[in-house]
Order: sequence, then C-alpha cells, then structure tokens
Amino acid sequence: MLRDITIGQYYPADSILHRLDPRVKFIVTIVFIVSLFVNNTWTAYLVSTVFLAAVIKISKVPFRFIVKGLKAVVILLMITLFFNMIFTPGTPVFHFWIITITKEGIVTAVRMGIRLIFLIIGSSLMTLTTTPNQLTDGLERLLKPLEKIKIPVHDIAMIMSIALRFIPILLEETDKIMKAQIARGADFESGGLMKKIKSMVPLLVPLFISAFRRANDLAMAMEARCYHGGSGRTQMKPLRYHGRDFGAYIIAAIYFAVCILMRIFGRYLL
Amino acid sequence: MSIKLEHVTYTYNPGTVYEMHALKDVTLEIPQGQFVGIIGHTGSGKSTLIQHFNGLIKPTEGKVLFENQDVWAENYELRKLRFQVGLVFQYPEHQLFESDVMSDVCFGPANEGLTQEECRERAKEALNHVGISEEYYDKSPFELSGGQKRRVAIAGVLAMNPKVLVLDEPTAGLDPEGRKEILDQIAWLHETRGITIILVSHSMEDVARYVERIIVMNEGEKSFDGSCKEVFSHYKELEKIGLAAPQITYIMHALAAKGLDVDLSAITVEEARDSILKALGKEKPCSEILP
Repeated sequence: MLRDITIGQYYPADSILHRLDPRVKFIVTIVFIVSLFVNNTWTAYLVSTVFLAAVIKISKVPFRFIVKGLKAVVILLMITLFFNMIFTPGTPVFHFWIITITKEGIVTAVRMGIRLIFLIIGSSLMTLTTTPNQLTDGLERLLKPLEKIKIPVHDIAMIMSIALRFIPILLEETDKIMKAQIARGADFESGGLMKKIKSMVPLLVPLFISAFRRANDLAMAMEARCYHGGSGRTQMKPLRYHGRDFGAYIIAAIYFAVCILMRIFGRYLL
Repeated sequence: MSIKLEHVTYTYNPGTVYEMHALKDVTLEIPQGQFVGIIGHTGSGKSTLIQHFNGLIKPTEGKVLFENQDVWAENYELRKLRFQVGLVFQYPEHQLFESDVMSDVCFGPANEGLTQEECRERAKEALNHVGISEEYYDKSPFELSGGQKRRVAIAGVLAMNPKVLVLDEPTAGLDPEGRKEILDQIAWLHETRGITIILVSHSMEDVARYVERIIVMNEGEKSFDGSCKEVFSHYKELEKIGLAAPQITYIMHALAAKGLDVDLSAITVEEARDSILKALGKEKPCSEILP
C-alpha cells in the first residue's frame, strides 16, 4: 500500500555515479542547483538539460523510476506555476475576469517549472545513487569544520542516518498494522473527515508504541556496544577521494563556469 | 464451505529491481472444519499465502474462492469475508490499541455493526475461550504479560466468530509452556467450535502434534500436501529445503535401519514408545507393569 514512495529511496545499480564519493555527489548537486538559478537564457537551460541527461544516462537508473518521484510534488508545482503566470506584469495575451496572463508570465512560469523539475530530479538522482549511510557519512565530513563552533555534527549525522534507516521500517510496520486492523474489519477508506480521523486511532497508537519500542531497543543495543558519541570514533570505511572523484569535480567546475559565462554574455544568446 | 486457491501467483513490486515472486502457481483447497498446518522456511511465501485467504492482497494471477465465490469478483463484499476468515498476524499483540482489554476485543464485532451488548457478549466468550479471566477485562492491554497480550489479541479476532481462523506463528517468541498453552487452546477451539484452523509455523514439532494435514511451502511453491505421516515420510527431501521432520521420525528410521520392526509413521513420543515396545515384544511399558 505504501510502497510507492520513492523520494529518498536508493536504487541499487553498478554505475560510476554509484561509486563516486558521497561528498562529490553532494557538492555537485548543490552546484547544479545553484547553476539553475544562474541560468537566464534558453541556451543555458539547454546546457543544463544536456548535463542532467548525461548524468541520468551514466547513473543507469531507469528514467521511469526518476519520474515516479516527481508525482509527489506535482500539486506544489502546479500552484507555483499558476501564481507565476498570473502575477507577472507585462504584455497581456489572455484576459478573464480578474485573471490576466501575460507573455512574460508564461515565460517565467515555464522557466520556473523547468528549474523546479530539474532541481527535484537532480537531488533525487543523488539519493537514488547514494545509500543513506554514505550520504550521512559524506554530510558529516563536509560539516566537520562546524565542530569548531561547537555544533555537534556527528550527533546530527547519526540522528539523520537513524531517521533515514527507520523510514522503510516504519512504513513496513504501518502496512502490517493496517492489514491487521483491516483483518479485524477496520475501514480506513470510507466515511467523512471526522470518521476518517477517528479510524486512524487503531493505526497510530500501535505505530507510536512500536516506534518507541524500537527506539528503546536501538538505544540499548548501541549502548551495549559502547556507543558514546562521536569523539575518537573511527570508521570502518573512511571516505577517501579517488581519481574519478577529482574528474567529477573538474567536469562540474567546467559546467558551472560555462553557466556563469552564459550569464555574463547572456545578451548575445537566445 | 471451503477456501479454494486456483493457480495463484503473487509478485511483489512487479516491474522494478525489487521484483520478487512470493507465490508461484499455488493451487489448494481447504475444506470447512479441517485443522491444517502450513510449514515453510522464512521467505517461503507462507505469510503471503495466508493473506490471500481473507482478501488482504489480490493475487497477481489466479483466483481465490470462498464458499465457491470468487472473492475478487466485481460485487463481492470483501469486508464480509474478513469477518468469516479471521486472520491473526505474527506478534498480534502489536496491534492492540484500546485503553482496556474489553474494548480492544470489542473492536472487531463493533466493526461488524453489532450493538454494544452483543459485542460485550462476543468478547466475553472469546476471552473466556483463550483463558483470560474477568479480572483482566478493565486492565490496560499494555499491563499484561507477553503471553496474555497474545491471547487477548487472538480473542480480538475470535470475537468476530469467524468460520475459519488463520494464525501466523502464534507461538513465536513465547516460552515452551506458553507455546503449549496457546496451541492447546487453539486445538480446543477447533474441537468445540468446529471452525477451520490454519496454523502457520516453521516448527514441525509444534504442528505435528495438532494438525491433520500439512502443506509445505518452499520458495513460493507448494512442495508437499498431505497427512502428517505422508509428509514426514519425505523427511530426506524436507531436510533439503531447510526443514526437519520431528525428532521421533529420525529415531524410528534409525531403529528400522538397525533391523527393528517399528512403525515409521509414528509422530508423538507416545506412539513411538508403543511401537518400540511392540517391536521388542513387550506390550506395556515397564512402569505400568511394575507395582
């Protein structure tokens, strides 16, 4: 029932993108997102599209699978596009009641749409090719300098990785409890809003209890293995840059430089 | 009056990398009133199989029939089926949610649309059948011991008065005494209420004592289906799929190999004792002969 959620999911495959250091993927994703907002010409968008398409191709993740993740944000996307369309002043092309759609509005909306879609695809490509553990490892290393100003980076990373690890477990648990209550004749679908909310009680109470029980067990298991926070803790697989990681940095840098150049010389482009 | 599965195939996450065939072309029929054991290794498809019995999951291919009606036909009322085929999941105590035992057991019958009085009546009967006495009715289910919680949860399904009771590993995580108690109560329910019992387990020993028929699942396929004696006679094949026949079967086969004329189909310790004594030419155990 709840197996369709793909945001933050990992897609196992054997590609160079999967083998890249998580720090590289993280930084390149941020660079890519920033580049989308640097872009202000159609040519620049074309370059970004080619870049993204190439990365998707290399990742070996089926395109269908990536697009599935977009479904969840379709409504948000629609609302953004709609307001961009009606609130941008300019030459009107369509007028109805109090709504005026302008030429500039359409252009802004289309660009905004492309930006948002690319942004989502770009970041989900990162999570699709990186296991949650790698992701938090990478984040921990990138944020390490913040420890100097007393930010508990390790603990934050640990909380994040546990939270990520628990998402599928809790989803599965929800599925199980839901089935168990349906087997007892519970009805989660029909009825008005109040009835629906009430029908959630037999699902939520056991779910909370189970979440607390698991948290308790986990804390105990971690303590039993002498976990005491980050200080002096080493890693089994420490992150280390390889040749391919530097290669990826160089490619991303070139891409970003091109984007900036296109911005500077934007008036000569379409 | 039976559950029938015709060529049922079930695939998880079809068309993705996580695709998994949990059931492959399973055909079986369970007549009303039978006590059946479903045995299989972890991941053999037994949990997926039983979820077909009350229409919780829809087969990817094939048909599920209850009392000769296709449960996935257009106008079949699946909810009604669920009151007739009660399904007790693994660790059923994890589904308890009410503030007291009584209301929790009433949840099923209340969903059926019964009045409060009828619900209490049903709940009392069910709790009585699983051996939970009146002093517990107003306690919070979370104050009870593990075995008691399990029994309350089973009562929660039983209170719907199902014609078929399916239990998925009802003894998992209990101590030997708790296991025996629960299984004895289930057997007693089968006798007094005359309902069909489908017991899922991975322990042959547990099941052999009670059931009249065993279905062995392996990698999503039905590999054996018959009486205990029939199934256990394949003990060598059972070993290959990671299961074992009861220890008695091994002892009897070993004795037979040494030339003793014993009954190879014995399952319980008592049967084995009698058969060995007979083979040795003694009618009664020494303890019964001696004063």
